[in-house]
Amino acid sequence: MSDVQTFLDRLAERTEARRQAHGPEPTWIAARRQAGAARFEALGFPDRRVEAWKYTDVRAIARGDFALTDSADFSQACAAALTLPIDAHRLTFVDGVFAAALSDLGELPAGVAVMPLSQALADNHEAVGGTLGRLTGVEFSPFSALNTAFMEEGAVVRLAPGSVVEKPIFLQFLSRANAQPVMSHPRVLIEAGARSQATLIEHHIGETEAANFTNLVDEVLLDRGAIFTHYKLQEAPLKDLHVASIHVEQGRDSRYTSFNLNLGGSLVRNDLVVDLNGKGAEANFNGLFYAQGRQHVDNHTLANHNAPLTFSNENYKGILDDRARGVFNGKVIVKRDSQKIEAHQSNANLLLSDRAEIDTKPELEIYADDVKCSHGATTGQLDEEAVFALRTRGIDEQTARGLLTLAFAGEVMERVELEAVAERVELVVAGKLPERFNLSGLVEAAMSLHDD
Amino acid sequence: MASQEMEQLVRREYKEGFVTDIESDTIPPGLDEGTIAFISQRKGEPEWMLEWRLKAYHQWLKMTPPSWAHLDYPAIDYQAISYFSAPKRPEDRPQSLDEVDPKLLETYEKLGIPLHERAALAGVAVDAVFDSVSVTTTFKEKLGEAGVIFCSISEAIRDYPELIKQYLGTVVPVADNYFAALNSAVFTDGSFVFVPEGVTCPMELSTYFRINAANTGQFERTLIICENRAQVSYLEGCTAPQRDENQLHAAVVELVALEDAYIKYSTVQNWYPGDEDGKGGIYNFVTKRGDCRGDRSRISWTQVETGSAITWKYPSCVLRGKDSIGEFYSVAVTNGRQQADTGTKMIHIGEGTRSYIVSKGISAGRSNQSYRGLVKIGPRAKGARNFTQCDSLLIGDQCGAHTFPYQEIGNSTATVEHEATTSKIGEDQLFYCQSRGISEEDAVSMIVNGFCKDVFQELPMEFAVEAEALLNVTLEGAVG
Repeated sequence: MSDVQTFLDRLAERTEARRQAHGPEPTWIAARRQAGAARFEALGFPDRRVEAWKYTDVRAIARGDFALTDSADFSQACAAALTLPIDAHRLTFVDGVFAAALSDLGELPAGVAVMPLSQALADNHEAVGGTLGRLTGVEFSPFSALNTAFMEEGAVVRLAPGSVVEKPIFLQFLSRANAQPVMSHPRVLIEAGARSQATLIEHHIGETEAANFTNLVDEVLLDRGAIFTHYKLQEAPLKDLHVASIHVEQGRDSRYTSFNLNLGGSLVRNDLVVDLNGKGAEANFNGLFYAQGRQHVDNHTLANHNAPLTFSNENYKGILDDRARGVFNGKVIVKRDSQKIEAHQSNANLLLSDRAEIDTKPELEIYADDVKCSHGATTGQLDEEAVFALRTRGIDEQTARGLLTLAFAGEVMERVELEAVAERVELVVAGKLPERFNLSGLVEAAMSLHDD
Repeated sequence: MASQEMEQLVRREYKEGFVTDIESDTIPPGLDEGTIAFISQRKGEPEWMLEWRLKAYHQWLKMTPPSWAHLDYPAIDYQAISYFSAPKRPEDRPQSLDEVDPKLLETYEKLGIPLHERAALAGVAVDAVFDSVSVTTTFKEKLGEAGVIFCSISEAIRDYPELIKQYLGTVVPVADNYFAALNSAVFTDGSFVFVPEGVTCPMELSTYFRINAANTGQFERTLIICENRAQVSYLEGCTAPQRDENQLHAAVVELVALEDAYIKYSTVQNWYPGDEDGKGGIYNFVTKRGDCRGDRSRISWTQVETGSAITWKYPSCVLRGKDSIGEFYSVAVTNGRQQADTGTKMIHIGEGTRSYIVSKGISAGRSNQSYRGLVKIGPRAKGARNFTQCDSLLIGDQCGAHTFPYQEIGNSTATVEHEATTSKIGEDQLFYCQSRGISEEDAVSMIVNGFCKDVFQELPMEFAVEAEALLNVTLEGAVG
């Protein structure tokens, strides 16, 4: 049986089970599922001859047999230990299934709607139907096609024009240790009206022994002047497989800021595609990945400057240890007649081990002349002079190296405005540093000092 | 089985003799074993060479043309090309400069090419345009004294079969890529340079001064070998635009540097770019690669690419030897509807290897240009170092400039840096020059030349002067 067939069989089973439980689905969604399945069947899983997957081997996903689950059971204590201590409008999903017990939306400002996708589909599927799949069609990748075929759950966020959400909207995706690995295909839809403002946190985490496959698709529509900050904190268990496609469309004067923080997962692939469609639109991509063991983290970003006077700024940093492999592919496309563009891109990587590997490719494709574009990529080790400078101040070598590594990640983290996120990442990075320069004790001490 | 067939074929072709009439030196278009046997026989090659070519041909049949480059051109009909043609007979050529395209002559004027050379470049049938024979003889004597071998690849196959057998195809294997395989099967011309141990070649070598170099071949094959502690600087091409009947060019250049050897390879390419609509220009698909086999060896590529409708070219260095150095300096200028996809590959294998890449791209008109580079650091390349600087300048709002740098780094002690910028000529820079009474066109040319300075510095002096003039001619009409 082919790899693709395993997934198609699962889909058939699922569709049949759903039909028996809830009756037939509305035709528009059934049609989309079919299109997704057909596209996925035609494409199959990408192999490494496909340029976009040149450095990432997805056989671990293709050869897996993942079940689908309906249960959202998760121990309260365990969830509490994993979660971010943050005051937020919270939705929790366990293996892709909505967990009402672990969710608390609190009081949302007027004109703001946050709900699970299943509920949105049940209440008013026509309205969701308009945006669902508008940005991420089935053409984008086999994984987005697969998501379209399977999608059932996720989150829908709608911001009325001018509405401001003070507290962050927090989507928590928990991965459970199951007897048989499961897969989930969450879909997150965000529609931000004109001049609206919100911050969204997506947190992927789970039980240590979990080994599930998450195939996420986010669609973010920003109308004129909307300001949207998007944190994706990926701390998935070390055996989890994680694929995410995030598509953003920006109207005039809108601002999108992404923090793509990757610390977990065995095989991780993020695609972030932003279309800057209106004058004055601005996109900021911040990224950090820390991989060790045999982790594989692949980040692809694409900024399409489709309108004049648009700006993009990218800063990704990677730290790789042991036999980990990192991939970075940042691409900027400036369309013909998109004049007065500024696009800057930078990727810096730190290799801590001789067996770690980084494959980086910052690309520019420019068809207009009045532009200021730059990109830079560096890979290396810690600056010996900086190590020396610290040692002259009486800090031992191991600690000096640890501090400098932490400082390297800090350049991305210092732009993080949510303290809970910044603290979590710093602690995890400090804790992940090789034992010889483990700093978690030091960081905790510093933080408790800070708290007092 | 395959080799048996090949042997039979070799015999058959030889049995039939393939004797050609001296008058009909051009074979009809098409490519099959017969064509290759014909070329080989005409070149008076030994049997092993024919076998080598046929092997390449069979390999080529199994391959497909690459499609990954950022280029757009119609599929090439390889059966419509004539793979061997002897130099044109005098009566077919223009009889005097009056018959030559005036535009071409105008360009020669601007480049400041001496009058007597213009006729030769335009292909006018003049018996002795200038006294090339005596010049060449003096050079040959000097080289002979030093022990340097410099001759056409065909002569080398006849006279130095051992060296050819030892080195040909070891840097660019027959099956390396589609165009390299094609070249291996049908190459007809090219240079061979061998610099023995400890010798510094007493002069800069150039195809320009080589006997038989009057017609640059469509499928050139160049092989340069520097033994331990030897040094050579080689110049390829010429700044003057050359008319050429052949649309497809697929050259292969192989460089081998042994311990402490240094090879400097400079290219100026200014083939016909086609008319305003991009029709009729040269397709230039080149495979150039240097192998730093010995410790502390060094290979340096410098290129100024202004011609051709399509350029597909990635001069590369394989840094095998400990502490070996690879360098790549490139200026590529595209105008009109030209397309260029060019760059370099630096493969770091040995310890302490270093590479340095400076690429300057200028796109104007409706042209498209891409820098495509690979820096690969292998796990054993301890302390490897790379620096890449790659800048693009855009002139006009209809052109495109693209950058596709690949970095594959597998060693924690390596340091790899890549920097790239894309911008247009600053309004303030232009204004500054113009406020001091410099015309807009001169100002642009000054700024562009300044932009390319890092690369021009690497060219031999005379070449650098010519390259600057060439840049101005190529960009003519792009501004204002």
